[in-house]
Amino acid sequence: MPMVKISIQALSLQYADGTESLRGINLDIHANAITVLFGPAGGGKSSLLRCLNRLNDLTEVRTLAGRILVDGQDILDPKTDVIALRRKVGMVFARPVVLPFSIRGNLTYGLELAGERRKSRLDEAVETSLRQVALWDEVKDRLDDPAIALSGGQQQRLCLARVLALRPEVILLDEPTSGLDPISTGKVEASLQELKRNHTIILVPHSIQQAARVADYAAFFLQGELIEYAPGADLFTAPRDKRTGDYITGRFG
Amino acid sequence: MKAFSINRHIVQRLGFSFLTLITTLTFVPVVWVILYIINKGAPAISWEFISGFPHDGMRAGGILPAIVGTIYLTLGTAIFSVPLGIGAAIYLSEYAADNTLTRLIRLAIINLAGIPSVVYGLFGLGLFVIFLNFGTSILAASLTLSIMTLPVIISTAEEALRSVPQAFRTVSISMGGTQWQTIRRIVLPEALPGIITGVILGLERAAGETAPILFTGAAFFLPRLPHSPFDATMALPYHLFVISTQVPEMPVQIQYGTALVLLTFVVIMNLTATFIRSRARAKRQW
Repeated sequence: MPMVKISIQALSLQYADGTESLRGINLDIHANAITVLFGPAGGGKSSLLRCLNRLNDLTEVRTLAGRILVDGQDILDPKTDVIALRRKVGMVFARPVVLPFSIRGNLTYGLELAGERRKSRLDEAVETSLRQVALWDEVKDRLDDPAIALSGGQQQRLCLARVLALRPEVILLDEPTSGLDPISTGKVEASLQELKRNHTIILVPHSIQQAARVADYAAFFLQGELIEYAPGADLFTAPRDKRTGDYITGRFG
Repeated sequence: MKAFSINRHIVQRLGFSFLTLITTLTFVPVVWVILYIINKGAPAISWEFISGFPHDGMRAGGILPAIVGTIYLTLGTAIFSVPLGIGAAIYLSEYAADNTLTRLIRLAIINLAGIPSVVYGLFGLGLFVIFLNFGTSILAASLTLSIMTLPVIISTAEEALRSVPQAFRTVSISMGGTQWQTIRRIVLPEALPGIITGVILGLERAAGETAPILFTGAAFFLPRLPHSPFDATMALPYHLFVISTQVPEMPVQIQYGTALVLLTFVVIMNLTATFIRSRARAKRQW
Protein backbone atom coordinates (compact mmCIF):
# COMPACT_ATOMS: atom_id res chain seq x y z
CA MET A 1 0.00 0.00 0.00
CA PRO A 2 1.44 3.42 -0.95
CA MET A 3 1.98 6.16 1.59
CA VAL A 4 -1.01 8.22 2.73
CA LYS A 5 -0.36 11.90 2.01
CA ILE A 6 -3.67 13.39 3.06
CA SER A 7 -6.10 11.89 5.51
CA ILE A 8 -9.59 13.37 5.59
CA GLN A 9 -11.47 12.42 8.74
CA ALA A 10 -15.19 12.97 9.38
CA LEU A 11 -15.17 16.18 7.38
CA SER A 12 -18.47 18.07 7.28
CA LEU A 13 -19.04 21.46 5.71
CA GLN A 14 -22.08 23.67 5.69
CA TYR A 15 -22.09 27.07 3.99
CA ALA A 16 -23.46 30.22 5.60
CA ASP A 17 -26.52 30.19 3.34
CA GLY A 18 -27.49 26.82 4.82
CA THR A 19 -26.49 24.58 1.91
CA GLU A 20 -24.79 21.46 3.11
CA SER A 21 -21.80 20.63 1.00
CA LEU A 22 -20.00 17.75 2.68
CA ARG A 23 -21.28 15.14 5.14
CA GLY A 24 -18.93 13.00 7.16
CA ILE A 25 -16.27 12.44 4.55
CA ASN A 26 -13.52 9.93 5.36
CA LEU A 27 -10.88 9.59 2.68
CA ASP A 28 -7.18 8.71 2.56
CA ILE A 29 -5.34 10.16 -0.41
CA HIS A 30 -2.20 8.37 -1.53
CA ALA A 31 1.09 10.03 -2.43
CA ASN A 32 2.45 9.83 -5.98
CA ALA A 33 -0.88 8.92 -7.52
CA ILE A 34 -3.77 10.59 -9.26
CA THR A 35 -6.91 10.56 -7.16
CA VAL A 36 -10.06 11.51 -9.01
CA LEU A 37 -13.07 13.03 -7.25
CA PHE A 38 -16.09 12.65 -9.49
CA GLY A 39 -19.86 12.71 -9.50
CA PRO A 40 -22.74 14.96 -10.52
CA ALA A 41 -22.62 18.72 -10.00
CA GLY A 42 -23.30 19.82 -6.44
CA GLY A 43 -21.79 16.68 -4.97
CA GLY A 44 -19.17 18.52 -2.94
CA LYS A 45 -16.07 17.73 -5.01
CA SER A 46 -15.00 21.34 -5.51
CA SER A 47 -15.83 22.20 -1.91
CA LEU A 48 -13.57 19.40 -0.72
CA LEU A 49 -10.81 20.55 -3.05
CA ARG A 50 -11.06 24.09 -1.73
CA CYS A 51 -10.81 22.83 1.86
CA LEU A 52 -7.53 21.11 1.09
CA ASN A 53 -5.63 24.39 0.69
CA ARG A 54 -7.99 26.43 2.85
CA LEU A 55 -9.35 28.44 -0.06
CA ASN A 56 -12.70 27.88 1.63
CA ASP A 57 -11.50 30.61 4.02
CA LEU A 58 -12.65 33.04 1.33
CA THR A 59 -16.22 31.74 1.56
CA GLU A 60 -18.57 32.24 4.48
CA VAL A 61 -18.91 28.93 6.22
CA ARG A 62 -21.36 28.07 8.98
CA THR A 63 -19.86 24.83 10.20
CA LEU A 64 -16.68 23.06 9.31
CA ALA A 65 -16.04 19.95 11.37
CA GLY A 66 -13.59 17.09 11.17
CA ARG A 67 -9.90 16.94 10.42
CA ILE A 68 -7.72 17.10 7.34
CA LEU A 69 -4.25 15.74 8.02
CA VAL A 70 -1.58 16.64 5.51
CA ASP A 71 1.61 14.80 6.42
CA GLY A 72 0.02 14.23 9.81
CA GLN A 73 -0.67 17.91 10.52
CA ASP A 74 -4.28 19.04 10.87
CA ILE A 75 -4.54 21.92 8.41
CA LEU A 76 -7.95 23.01 9.76
CA ASP A 77 -6.23 23.90 13.01
CA PRO A 78 -6.43 27.70 13.44
CA LYS A 79 -2.68 27.77 14.12
CA THR A 80 -1.86 26.42 10.64
CA ASP A 81 0.40 28.64 8.53
CA VAL A 82 -2.09 29.02 5.68
CA ILE A 83 0.41 30.70 3.37
CA ALA A 84 2.92 27.87 3.70
CA LEU A 85 0.08 25.38 3.22
CA ARG A 86 -1.02 27.00 -0.03
CA ARG A 87 2.49 26.83 -1.42
CA LYS A 88 2.66 23.16 -0.51
CA VAL A 89 -0.83 22.41 -1.85
CA GLY A 90 -1.29 24.21 -5.18
CA MET A 91 -4.53 24.73 -7.06
CA VAL A 92 -5.42 24.89 -10.77
CA PHE A 93 -8.87 26.24 -11.57
CA ALA A 94 -11.44 25.30 -14.20
CA ARG A 95 -11.10 28.48 -16.22
CA PRO A 96 -7.50 29.39 -17.01
CA VAL A 97 -6.90 32.64 -15.16
CA VAL A 98 -3.66 34.17 -16.35
CA LEU A 99 -2.59 37.13 -14.26
CA PRO A 100 -2.24 40.44 -16.13
CA PHE A 101 1.53 40.01 -16.49
CA SER A 102 3.94 38.56 -19.03
CA ILE A 103 4.39 34.80 -19.37
CA ARG A 104 7.49 35.08 -17.20
CA GLY A 105 5.69 37.33 -14.73
CA ASN A 106 2.98 34.73 -14.24
CA LEU A 107 5.54 32.07 -13.43
CA THR A 108 7.66 34.14 -11.06
CA TYR A 109 4.68 35.67 -9.24
CA GLY A 110 4.36 33.00 -6.57
CA LEU A 111 8.08 32.93 -5.82
CA GLU A 112 8.22 36.71 -5.62
CA LEU A 113 5.37 36.68 -3.11
CA ALA A 114 7.54 34.42 -1.00
CA GLY A 115 10.40 36.92 -1.24
CA GLU A 116 12.58 35.26 -3.89
CA ARG A 117 14.58 37.97 -5.68
CA ARG A 118 17.55 36.11 -7.19
CA LYS A 119 17.25 36.26 -10.97
CA SER A 120 19.03 32.94 -11.48
CA ARG A 121 16.54 31.14 -9.24
CA LEU A 122 13.59 32.78 -10.94
CA ASP A 123 14.90 32.01 -14.44
CA GLU A 124 15.51 28.43 -13.46
CA ALA A 125 11.98 28.08 -12.07
CA VAL A 126 10.54 29.53 -15.28
CA GLU A 127 12.32 27.03 -17.49
CA THR A 128 11.80 23.99 -15.27
CA SER A 129 8.11 24.56 -14.76
CA LEU A 130 7.48 25.26 -18.45
CA ARG A 131 9.30 22.07 -19.40
CA GLN A 132 7.18 20.09 -16.94
CA VAL A 133 4.01 21.07 -18.83
CA ALA A 134 5.66 20.79 -22.28
CA LEU A 135 5.22 24.49 -22.95
CA TRP A 136 8.88 25.53 -23.00
CA ASP A 137 9.49 25.01 -26.71
CA GLU A 138 6.31 26.85 -27.61
CA VAL A 139 7.00 30.01 -25.61
CA LYS A 140 10.74 30.19 -24.85
CA ASP A 141 11.28 32.99 -27.41
CA ARG A 142 8.46 35.17 -26.10
CA LEU A 143 8.59 34.91 -22.33
CA ASP A 144 8.05 38.64 -21.98
CA ASP A 145 4.91 38.74 -24.10
CA PRO A 146 1.59 39.21 -22.31
CA ALA A 147 0.34 35.83 -21.11
CA ILE A 148 -3.16 36.63 -22.32
CA ALA A 149 -1.91 36.29 -25.92
CA LEU A 150 -1.52 32.51 -25.46
CA SER A 151 -4.23 30.12 -26.67
CA GLY A 152 -6.69 28.69 -24.14
CA GLY A 153 -4.84 25.39 -23.94
CA GLN A 154 -1.49 27.11 -23.50
CA GLN A 155 -2.98 29.38 -20.85
CA GLN A 156 -4.18 26.41 -18.82
CA ARG A 157 -0.79 24.72 -19.08
CA LEU A 158 0.78 28.02 -18.00
CA CYS A 159 -1.53 28.01 -14.97
CA LEU A 160 -0.34 24.51 -14.12
CA ALA A 161 3.29 25.58 -14.60
CA ARG A 162 2.66 28.60 -12.38
CA VAL A 163 1.67 26.26 -9.56
CA LEU A 164 4.62 23.94 -10.28
CA ALA A 165 7.07 26.84 -10.01
CA LEU A 166 6.31 26.88 -6.29
CA ARG A 167 7.44 23.23 -6.04
CA PRO A 168 4.24 22.06 -4.36
CA GLU A 169 3.87 18.55 -3.00
CA VAL A 170 0.15 18.29 -3.72
CA ILE A 171 -1.61 19.61 -6.83
CA LEU A 172 -5.36 20.19 -6.83
CA LEU A 173 -7.07 20.49 -10.20
CA ASP A 174 -10.71 21.54 -10.49
CA GLU A 175 -11.94 20.51 -13.96
CA PRO A 176 -8.76 21.88 -15.50
CA THR A 177 -9.61 20.79 -19.04
CA SER A 178 -13.30 21.72 -19.15
CA GLY A 179 -12.72 24.50 -21.66
CA LEU A 180 -9.99 22.83 -23.71
CA ASP A 181 -9.91 21.00 -27.03
CA PRO A 182 -9.03 17.27 -27.04
CA ILE A 183 -5.40 17.85 -28.06
CA SER A 184 -4.76 20.34 -25.25
CA THR A 185 -6.60 18.05 -22.86
CA GLY A 186 -4.30 15.21 -23.90
CA LYS A 187 -1.24 17.36 -23.21
CA VAL A 188 -2.47 18.26 -19.74
CA GLU A 189 -3.26 14.63 -18.94
CA ALA A 190 0.17 13.55 -20.20
CA SER A 191 1.79 16.17 -17.93
CA LEU A 192 -0.17 14.82 -14.96
CA GLN A 193 1.11 11.29 -15.65
CA GLU A 194 4.66 12.67 -15.49
CA LEU A 195 3.98 14.82 -12.45
CA LYS A 196 2.53 12.07 -10.31
CA ARG A 197 5.99 10.60 -9.91
CA ASN A 198 6.90 13.46 -7.59
CA HIS A 199 3.53 14.88 -6.63
CA THR A 200 0.25 13.89 -5.10
CA ILE A 201 -2.47 14.81 -7.58
CA ILE A 202 -6.14 15.31 -6.82
CA LEU A 203 -8.31 15.94 -9.85
CA VAL A 204 -11.95 16.78 -10.35
CA PRO A 205 -12.38 15.59 -13.94
CA HIS A 206 -14.72 17.21 -16.42
CA SER A 207 -16.11 13.90 -17.66
CA ILE A 208 -16.45 10.27 -16.55
CA GLN A 209 -14.26 9.31 -19.51
CA GLN A 210 -11.47 11.49 -18.22
CA ALA A 211 -11.96 10.08 -14.74
CA ALA A 212 -11.60 6.55 -16.09
CA ARG A 213 -8.54 7.50 -18.19
CA VAL A 214 -6.41 9.06 -15.50
CA ALA A 215 -7.59 7.68 -12.16
CA ASP A 216 -5.25 5.64 -10.01
CA TYR A 217 -7.86 6.02 -7.30
CA ALA A 218 -11.39 7.23 -7.75
CA ALA A 219 -13.90 8.63 -5.27
CA PHE A 220 -17.56 8.95 -6.22
CA PHE A 221 -19.43 11.84 -4.58
CA LEU A 222 -23.18 12.25 -4.49
CA GLN A 223 -24.95 15.10 -2.68
CA GLY A 224 -22.17 15.73 -0.23
CA GLU A 225 -21.47 12.11 0.59
CA LEU A 226 -18.64 9.85 -0.42
CA ILE A 227 -20.41 6.84 -1.95
CA GLU A 228 -17.50 4.74 -3.04
CA TYR A 229 -13.72 4.94 -3.02
CA ALA A 230 -11.51 2.38 -4.75
CA PRO A 231 -8.59 2.02 -7.15
CA GLY A 232 -9.69 3.39 -10.53
CA ALA A 233 -9.29 0.06 -12.27
CA ASP A 234 -11.78 -1.55 -9.89
CA LEU A 235 -14.26 1.24 -9.52
CA PHE A 236 -14.83 1.80 -13.22
CA THR A 237 -15.05 -1.88 -14.14
CA ALA A 238 -16.77 -3.36 -11.10
CA PRO A 239 -18.45 -0.69 -8.93
CA ARG A 240 -19.75 -2.09 -5.67
CA ASP A 241 -22.44 0.49 -5.03
CA LYS A 242 -25.45 0.52 -7.34
CA ARG A 243 -25.46 4.35 -7.47
CA THR A 244 -21.87 4.41 -8.69
CA GLY A 245 -22.73 1.90 -11.37
CA ASP A 246 -25.80 3.84 -12.45
CA TYR A 247 -23.78 7.04 -12.71
CA ILE A 248 -20.85 5.70 -14.69
CA THR A 249 -23.12 3.86 -17.10
CA GLY A 250 -25.00 7.10 -17.68
CA ARG A 251 -28.28 6.18 -16.03
CA PHE A 252 -28.33 9.56 -14.28
CA GLY A 253 -26.20 12.70 -13.96
CA MET B 1 -50.50 42.98 -42.58
CA LYS B 2 -48.45 45.16 -44.91
CA ALA B 3 -49.85 48.37 -43.45
CA PHE B 4 -48.71 47.25 -40.04
CA SER B 5 -45.12 46.64 -41.04
CA ILE B 6 -44.81 50.02 -42.77
CA ASN B 7 -46.20 51.58 -39.66
CA ARG B 8 -43.57 49.94 -37.51
CA HIS B 9 -40.80 51.26 -39.73
CA ILE B 10 -42.19 54.78 -39.62
CA VAL B 11 -42.44 54.65 -35.85
CA GLN B 12 -38.86 53.36 -35.70
CA ARG B 13 -37.63 56.25 -37.88
CA LEU B 14 -39.53 58.80 -35.85
CA GLY B 15 -38.14 57.35 -32.66
CA PHE B 16 -34.56 57.53 -33.87
CA SER B 17 -34.98 61.06 -35.23
CA PHE B 18 -36.41 62.19 -31.93
CA LEU B 19 -33.54 60.70 -29.94
CA THR B 20 -30.97 62.17 -32.31
CA LEU B 21 -32.58 65.57 -31.89
CA ILE B 22 -32.50 65.34 -28.11
CA THR B 23 -28.86 64.27 -28.10
CA THR B 24 -27.96 67.16 -30.38
CA LEU B 25 -29.82 69.56 -28.11
CA THR B 26 -27.72 68.56 -25.13
CA PHE B 27 -24.57 69.03 -27.15
CA VAL B 28 -25.37 72.47 -28.55
CA PRO B 29 -25.27 74.51 -25.32
CA VAL B 30 -21.89 73.09 -24.35
CA VAL B 31 -20.32 74.01 -27.67
CA TRP B 32 -22.06 77.34 -27.62
CA VAL B 33 -20.75 78.26 -24.17
CA ILE B 34 -17.22 77.26 -25.08
CA LEU B 35 -17.21 79.17 -28.38
CA TYR B 36 -18.79 82.19 -26.73
CA ILE B 37 -16.16 82.33 -24.03
CA ILE B 38 -13.31 81.79 -26.49
CA ASN B 39 -14.71 84.46 -28.76
CA LYS B 40 -15.09 87.05 -26.01
CA GLY B 41 -12.10 86.10 -23.93
CA ALA B 42 -9.38 85.36 -26.47
CA PRO B 43 -8.54 89.04 -27.16
CA ALA B 44 -7.62 89.47 -23.47
CA ILE B 45 -5.14 86.61 -23.46
CA SER B 46 -1.55 87.77 -23.58
CA TRP B 47 1.66 86.94 -21.77
CA GLU B 48 1.15 89.90 -19.51
CA PHE B 49 -2.39 88.73 -18.66
CA ILE B 50 -1.15 85.32 -17.58
CA SER B 51 2.07 86.36 -15.89
CA GLY B 52 1.26 89.79 -14.50
CA PHE B 53 -0.34 91.16 -11.34
CA PRO B 54 -3.66 92.99 -11.49
CA HIS B 55 -3.57 96.77 -11.07
CA ASP B 56 -5.86 99.79 -11.34
CA GLY B 57 -8.35 98.11 -9.01
CA MET B 58 -8.06 94.88 -11.05
CA ARG B 59 -9.33 96.69 -14.15
CA ALA B 60 -5.99 96.19 -15.89
CA GLY B 61 -2.95 93.94 -15.74
CA GLY B 62 -2.85 90.16 -15.30
CA ILE B 63 -4.33 87.43 -13.16
CA LEU B 64 -1.19 85.57 -12.10
CA PRO B 65 -2.07 85.45 -8.36
CA ALA B 66 -5.41 83.85 -9.18
CA ILE B 67 -3.83 81.26 -11.47
CA VAL B 68 -1.13 80.37 -8.95
CA GLY B 69 -3.72 80.33 -6.17
CA THR B 70 -5.93 77.86 -8.01
CA ILE B 71 -2.92 75.63 -8.65
CA TYR B 72 -1.99 75.75 -4.95
CA LEU B 73 -5.54 74.97 -3.88
CA THR B 74 -5.78 72.07 -6.32
CA LEU B 75 -2.48 70.60 -5.14
CA GLY B 76 -3.43 71.18 -1.50
CA THR B 77 -6.71 69.40 -2.06
CA ALA B 78 -4.87 66.52 -3.73
CA ILE B 79 -2.47 66.11 -0.81
CA PHE B 80 -5.34 65.47 1.62
CA SER B 81 -8.06 63.90 -0.49
CA VAL B 82 -6.06 61.49 -2.66
CA PRO B 83 -4.48 59.31 0.05
CA LEU B 84 -7.61 59.43 2.21
CA GLY B 85 -9.92 58.72 -0.70
CA ILE B 86 -7.90 55.85 -2.14
CA GLY B 87 -7.34 54.37 1.31
CA ALA B 88 -11.05 54.45 2.07
CA ALA B 89 -11.84 52.93 -1.32
CA ILE B 90 -9.40 50.06 -0.75
CA TYR B 91 -10.92 49.43 2.66
CA LEU B 92 -14.48 49.45 1.33
CA SER B 93 -13.74 47.33 -1.72
CA GLU B 94 -11.26 44.82 -0.31
CA TYR B 95 -11.57 44.57 3.45
CA ALA B 96 -14.91 45.82 4.73
CA ALA B 97 -17.35 43.17 5.83
CA ASP B 98 -20.95 43.72 4.87
CA ASN B 99 -22.16 44.96 8.24
CA THR B 100 -23.91 47.92 9.80
CA LEU B 101 -20.73 49.96 10.16
CA THR B 102 -19.88 49.58 6.47
CA ARG B 103 -23.41 50.48 5.49
CA LEU B 104 -23.22 53.60 7.65
CA ILE B 105 -19.93 54.61 6.04
CA ARG B 106 -21.38 54.19 2.56
CA LEU B 107 -24.47 56.15 3.54
CA ALA B 108 -22.27 58.94 4.86
CA ILE B 109 -20.29 59.04 1.62
CA ILE B 110 -23.42 59.21 -0.51
CA ASN B 111 -24.81 62.01 1.66
CA LEU B 112 -21.50 63.85 1.59
CA ALA B 113 -21.80 63.98 -2.21
CA GLY B 114 -25.22 65.58 -1.98
CA ILE B 115 -24.36 68.47 0.34
CA PRO B 116 -24.44 71.91 -1.35
CA SER B 117 -20.96 73.34 -1.70
CA VAL B 118 -21.74 76.50 0.24
CA VAL B 119 -22.49 74.32 3.27
CA TYR B 120 -18.97 72.91 3.00
CA GLY B 121 -17.77 76.51 3.01
CA LEU B 122 -19.56 77.25 6.27
CA PHE B 123 -18.37 73.99 7.79
CA GLY B 124 -14.79 74.79 6.79
CA LEU B 125 -15.13 78.24 8.31
CA GLY B 126 -16.32 76.78 11.59
CA LEU B 127 -13.89 73.86 11.83
CA PHE B 128 -10.67 74.84 10.07
CA VAL B 129 -10.65 78.65 10.10
CA ILE B 130 -12.05 79.29 13.57
CA PHE B 131 -11.91 76.16 15.72
CA LEU B 132 -8.53 74.86 14.51
CA ASN B 133 -7.34 78.43 14.10
CA PHE B 134 -5.86 77.99 10.60
CA GLY B 135 -7.29 81.38 9.68
CA THR B 136 -8.47 82.25 6.19
CA SER B 137 -5.77 80.31 4.45
CA ILE B 138 -4.78 77.96 1.65
CA LEU B 139 -4.64 75.19 4.26
CA ALA B 140 -8.19 75.75 5.48
CA ALA B 141 -9.52 76.08 1.93
CA SER B 142 -7.68 72.96 0.75
CA LEU B 143 -9.05 70.92 3.65
CA THR B 144 -12.56 72.17 2.94
CA LEU B 145 -12.24 71.32 -0.75
CA SER B 146 -10.82 67.92 0.22
CA ILE B 147 -13.89 66.99 2.21
CA MET B 148 -16.03 68.02 -0.73
CA THR B 149 -13.91 66.02 -3.18
CA LEU B 150 -13.64 62.85 -1.09
CA PRO B 151 -16.96 61.25 -2.09
CA VAL B 152 -16.11 61.55 -5.79
CA ILE B 153 -12.68 60.00 -5.31
CA ILE B 154 -13.90 57.25 -2.99
CA SER B 155 -16.77 56.14 -5.18
CA THR B 156 -14.85 56.17 -8.48
CA ALA B 157 -11.82 54.48 -6.93
CA GLU B 158 -13.99 51.82 -5.29
CA GLU B 159 -15.68 51.15 -8.60
CA ALA B 160 -12.30 50.85 -10.32
CA LEU B 161 -11.09 48.39 -7.66
CA ARG B 162 -14.25 46.32 -7.89
CA SER B 163 -13.95 46.05 -11.66
CA VAL B 164 -10.70 44.05 -11.30
CA PRO B 165 -11.76 40.41 -11.83
CA GLN B 166 -12.31 38.46 -8.61
CA ALA B 167 -10.46 35.50 -10.16
CA PHE B 168 -7.14 37.40 -9.97
CA ARG B 169 -7.57 37.71 -6.22
CA THR B 170 -8.50 34.05 -5.81
CA VAL B 171 -5.49 32.91 -7.85
CA SER B 172 -3.12 35.14 -5.93
CA ILE B 173 -4.44 33.96 -2.55
CA SER B 174 -4.32 30.33 -3.72
CA MET B 175 -0.62 30.77 -4.49
CA GLY B 176 0.18 31.82 -0.96
CA GLY B 177 -0.22 35.55 -1.40
CA THR B 178 -1.46 37.63 1.50
CA GLN B 179 -4.41 39.88 0.92
CA TRP B 180 -2.18 42.94 1.02
CA GLN B 181 0.30 41.44 -1.50
CA THR B 182 -2.65 40.71 -3.77
CA ILE B 183 -3.91 44.28 -3.52
CA ARG B 184 -0.46 45.80 -3.88
CA ARG B 185 0.73 43.71 -6.84
CA ILE B 186 -2.43 43.03 -8.84
CA VAL B 187 -5.57 44.86 -7.77
CA LEU B 188 -4.11 48.34 -7.30
CA PRO B 189 -2.01 48.43 -10.51
CA GLU B 190 -4.95 47.18 -12.56
CA ALA B 191 -7.34 49.68 -11.00
CA LEU B 192 -4.90 52.60 -11.12
CA PRO B 193 -6.03 54.20 -14.41
CA GLY B 194 -9.63 54.22 -13.19
CA ILE B 195 -8.54 55.63 -9.85
CA ILE B 196 -6.49 58.39 -11.49
CA THR B 197 -9.43 59.32 -13.67
CA GLY B 198 -11.61 59.65 -10.59
CA VAL B 199 -8.98 61.70 -8.80
CA ILE B 200 -8.65 64.12 -11.69
CA LEU B 201 -12.40 64.52 -12.06
CA GLY B 202 -12.70 65.20 -8.33
CA LEU B 203 -9.86 67.73 -8.32
CA GLU B 204 -11.27 69.38 -11.41
CA ARG B 205 -14.47 70.06 -9.54
CA ALA B 206 -12.48 71.44 -6.60
CA ALA B 207 -10.51 73.75 -8.91
CA GLY B 208 -13.67 75.31 -10.25
CA GLU B 209 -15.57 75.78 -6.96
CA THR B 210 -16.18 79.17 -5.39
CA ALA B 211 -18.48 78.63 -2.44
CA PRO B 212 -16.25 76.35 -0.33
CA ILE B 213 -13.29 78.74 -0.50
CA LEU B 214 -15.37 81.87 -0.10
CA PHE B 215 -15.08 81.94 3.72
CA THR B 216 -12.07 79.70 4.13
CA GLY B 217 -9.20 80.91 1.95
CA ALA B 218 -10.10 83.19 -0.90
CA ALA B 219 -8.78 86.73 -0.96
CA PHE B 220 -10.54 89.58 -2.73
CA PHE B 221 -7.27 91.05 -3.87
CA LEU B 222 -3.63 90.31 -3.05
CA PRO B 223 -0.79 92.32 -4.52
CA ARG B 224 1.60 89.36 -4.11
CA LEU B 225 1.72 85.58 -4.28
CA PRO B 226 0.99 83.63 -1.08
CA HIS B 227 4.09 82.78 0.97
CA SER B 228 2.87 79.87 3.07
CA PRO B 229 -0.11 77.53 3.51
CA PHE B 230 -1.36 79.90 6.17
CA ASP B 231 -1.76 82.77 3.69
CA ALA B 232 -5.01 83.56 2.00
CA THR B 233 -4.89 83.42 -1.77
CA MET B 234 -6.65 84.65 -4.85
CA ALA B 235 -8.27 81.94 -6.96
CA LEU B 236 -9.68 81.90 -10.48
CA PRO B 237 -13.34 81.12 -9.74
CA TYR B 238 -13.60 83.58 -6.88
CA HIS B 239 -11.70 86.21 -8.87
CA LEU B 240 -14.17 85.74 -11.70
CA PHE B 241 -17.04 86.26 -9.28
CA VAL B 242 -15.40 89.38 -7.88
CA ILE B 243 -14.63 91.07 -11.18
CA SER B 244 -18.05 90.18 -12.56
CA THR B 245 -20.11 91.54 -9.70
CA GLN B 246 -18.08 93.56 -7.26
CA VAL B 247 -15.97 95.90 -9.38
CA PRO B 248 -17.70 98.74 -11.23
CA GLU B 249 -16.61 99.63 -14.76
CA MET B 250 -14.79 96.33 -15.17
CA PRO B 251 -13.67 95.71 -18.78
CA VAL B 252 -15.73 92.80 -20.13
CA GLN B 253 -12.64 91.45 -21.90
CA ILE B 254 -10.87 90.72 -18.63
CA GLN B 255 -13.91 88.92 -17.26
CA TYR B 256 -14.14 86.61 -20.23
CA GLY B 257 -10.37 86.25 -20.40
CA THR B 258 -10.40 84.99 -16.80
CA ALA B 259 -13.26 82.63 -17.60
CA LEU B 260 -11.29 81.32 -20.57
CA VAL B 261 -8.22 80.63 -18.42
CA LEU B 262 -10.33 78.77 -15.84
CA LEU B 263 -12.06 76.81 -18.58
CA THR B 264 -8.72 75.88 -20.15
CA PHE B 265 -7.42 74.73 -16.77
CA VAL B 266 -10.41 72.42 -16.28
CA VAL B 267 -10.41 71.17 -19.88
CA ILE B 268 -6.71 70.24 -19.67
CA MET B 269 -7.42 68.17 -16.55
CA ASN B 270 -10.37 66.54 -18.23
CA LEU B 271 -8.39 65.65 -21.35
CA THR B 272 -5.63 64.18 -19.20
CA ALA B 273 -8.17 61.93 -17.51
CA THR B 274 -9.61 60.85 -20.85
CA PHE B 275 -6.15 60.17 -22.24
CA ILE B 276 -5.11 58.03 -19.26
CA ARG B 277 -8.35 56.07 -19.43
CA SER B 278 -8.22 55.33 -23.15
CA ARG B 279 -4.55 54.35 -23.01
CA ALA B 280 -5.19 51.99 -20.09
CA ARG B 281 -8.13 50.42 -21.92
CA ALA B 282 -5.95 49.68 -24.92
CA LYS B 283 -3.32 48.07 -22.69
CA ARG B 284 -5.69 46.14 -20.44
CA GLN B 285 -5.11 42.40 -20.37
CA TRP B 286 -8.55 41.15 -19.39
